[in-house]
Amino acid sequence: MPSLKDLKNRIESVKSTRKITKAMQMVAAAKLRRAQDAAEASRPYTERFNAVMAGLAASVGSSAGAPKLLAGTGADQVHLLVVLTAERGLCGGFNGNIAKLARAHAEKLLAAGKTVKIVTVGKKGRDAIRRDMGEHFVHHVDLTEVKRVAYSDAQGIAQDILTRFDAGEFDVATIFFAEFQNVVTQIPTAQQIIPASFEAEEGAETTLYDYEPSEEAILADLLPRGVATAIFSALLENGASEQGARMSAMDNATRNAGEMIDKLTIEFNRSRQAVITNELIEIISGAEAL
Amino acid sequence: MANLQFDLVSPERRLASLEATEVRIPGADGDMTAMADHAPTITTLRPGVLTVVHAGGEDDYVVSGGFAEISAGGVSVLAEQALPKGEVTQEVFDEMIASARKLHEKASTFENEPGPVDDAAKLISDMVAMGTHIGLDPKQGNFG
Repeated sequence: MPSLKDLKNRIESVKSTRKITKAMQMVAAAKLRRAQDAAEASRPYTERFNAVMAGLAASVGSSAGAPKLLAGTGADQVHLLVVLTAERGLCGGFNGNIAKLARAHAEKLLAAGKTVKIVTVGKKGRDAIRRDMGEHFVHHVDLTEVKRVAYSDAQGIAQDILTRFDAGEFDVATIFFAEFQNVVTQIPTAQQIIPASFEAEEGAETTLYDYEPSEEAILADLLPRGVATAIFSALLENGASEQGARMSAMDNATRNAGEMIDKLTIEFNRSRQAVITNELIEIISGAEAL
Repeated sequence: MANLQFDLVSPERRLASLEATEVRIPGADGDMTAMADHAPTITTLRPGVLTVVHAGGEDDYVVSGGFAEISAGGVSVLAEQALPKGEVTQEVFDEMIASARKLHEKASTFENEPGPVDDAAKLISDMVAMGTHIGLDPKQGNFG
């Protein structure tokens, strides 16, 4: 049985852990708000962009000379998986869930005889992927130094992917990230970005536009930007999800610490009582012996 | 005079959303002015200054990359980079030039295809022209 002093020390240590998790939860809550605002701010751009692209893709996409980024290379042998995760842990199953989805996807592709290449963004994803998919790992993008995801970060990643695509390194690219639903729910999602697919909103009226320079030229100019846009919104979505996941994980940890403290306190009081009772018994039996 | 709804958005934020009387757009094939009831048009942007004329006066924005969509309802400009002209200081401008130069260098590695190199060179010259327009000089002149 632990001594009184041991128990006291343990209670103190759990208390300070609770303080830390509580603080982390509050920091995550504040960051979540910021991340959500950022995601919100990017939405008009993404929506308009996709709407215009859908219109363009519908009119040009079916023609023979459609750009490869839209129509694909004609093969789907080599798949590039871009796994977007967080740079830090302590956020519940967030990183693990994304990595798990990517791994399941990779295994399915491998079973079908395809070649899989993996690019990771975020340290945690890299660690998880390297562990059991190391031979497919081709590149890692480090965003550790980035405090706030900017569009230029997404552009950098897109640039890298596009260079690989132009060099014929892969046929299909898919990004993996967690879609932010609410603080407790983040859904790991796979989204194919090359060849791109743009869904037109249903019932959207189609206007006949004049294009300057030409439809093809605009499409060729915009498709690479589309990759960056998709990655940017995935990064923002991920940012909000990460903070949400951390918030609920830390909330749980705080609650667990509280329970533990209660339990330990009861144990502490019991053993203190036992010590007192023991002392009394000794005194009484000593007095009776006289 | 009829008004049109003007929106300027970049991936990071919405810069402007207001009623305008005319919008002067630096299109890839040349500047154009959109007023109410303009024919529906989509044009890509070159780096340049976009001017919005509205009831309260004129606003200038420095935009780069992206496109403008002119529809019956108004004008939406989706620019990869967009800043109110007042925020474009010498430093910001130098940074933009520097990143354009980097692209040019990168593109130069595609020796066999002149396309990307020319595009990148054009990007730089567009940027410089824009700088001259708003009264900023690139620090180190002379581009190949």
